[in-house]
Amino acid sequence: MSHDHDHDDHDHDDDPIARRNALRAEALESLLVERGIVQSDVIDGIVARFEQDIGPLNGAKLVARAWVDPAFRARFLADPWAAAEELGLATGPGHTPIVVLESSSSVHHVVVCTLCSCYPSALLGLPPTWYKSPPYRSRVVREPRVVLREMGLDLPPEVEVRVWDSSAEVRYMVLPARPAGTDGWSEERLASVVTRDTLIGVARPEATGD
Amino acid sequence: MTDARPERVLEWDGPLAPPRKNGELVFDALWESRVFGMTMTLYERGAFAWDEFRERLIAAIADWERAHAPDDPSYRYWQCWLGAFEALLADKGICAPAAVAARVTELAARPAGHDHRPPGH
Repeated sequence: MSHDHDHDDHDHDDDPIARRNALRAEALESLLVERGIVQSDVIDGIVARFEQDIGPLNGAKLVARAWVDPAFRARFLADPWAAAEELGLATGPGHTPIVVLESSSSVHHVVVCTLCSCYPSALLGLPPTWYKSPPYRSRVVREPRVVLREMGLDLPPEVEVRVWDSSAEVRYMVLPARPAGTDGWSEERLASVVTRDTLIGVARPEATGD
Repeated sequence: MTDARPERVLEWDGPLAPPRKNGELVFDALWESRVFGMTMTLYERGAFAWDEFRERLIAAIADWERAHAPDDPSYRYWQCWLGAFEALLADKGICAPAAVAARVTELAARPAGHDHRPPGH
């Protein structure tokens, strides 16, 4: 698989139906905003929330299985693609090799692609916008703790932070530590706390009550 | 009190489920995410009950299916959603179809190159 391309947000000017739909949507938004019924920034926020919260299912399933099954965890660390295939998540030949980084209470891994935006989409879904942004790509290498803190993850000084730079030859995903308070949870419930950000390493999973 | 969190009402399987890739919502164009966001914002604010939208989405998808062959590649989930949302706004008296049509005409009349959103959207 080559580099994962950005999603193209252009309206399809060459497609009259798509253009008509885009105009209808824009008309609705402008009317609702004028009447004070919705605000554009609120819409932005809600879309972002869905894009973030509705997570990368494949990566989350792998992590949840690794949390409950030590033998699977070993296989997942040794050969992530074979493990994905074992769960029926795979995806055919020709994948860029992927290395799974096991975070713990003493070591925290975080992934970046300093050159572009290499990202294991087959397991992690679409990369978030910030992952591709120049500030994240340059700063997380220089001052990972500061960047992580800005993103809401304040790591204690005793935790060692390791930053991994993806490339066209190798991709990374984080196997986060299983959060406390999740004893007896089903795999499905465990997978629900594995967000995209935890697989990149800019967040840690938390046992959210549901 | 019903739980008005939009995350609870979306269906993830079956014909009403929005398109996803590896679990994530997939928007092929900006307008799709705007319509989705408007719907969810209004729902979260209690402007309608989810079933009121859901039944209109079912109807919109059924209308499309009646008018097209089952494997017609031009199927657009978000277009059905847009139609359902417009119908809901009309029926709830939030936004009349005539006002939408007038605004569409107005927007369509802009010179070429001016029908894109301002930066930041």
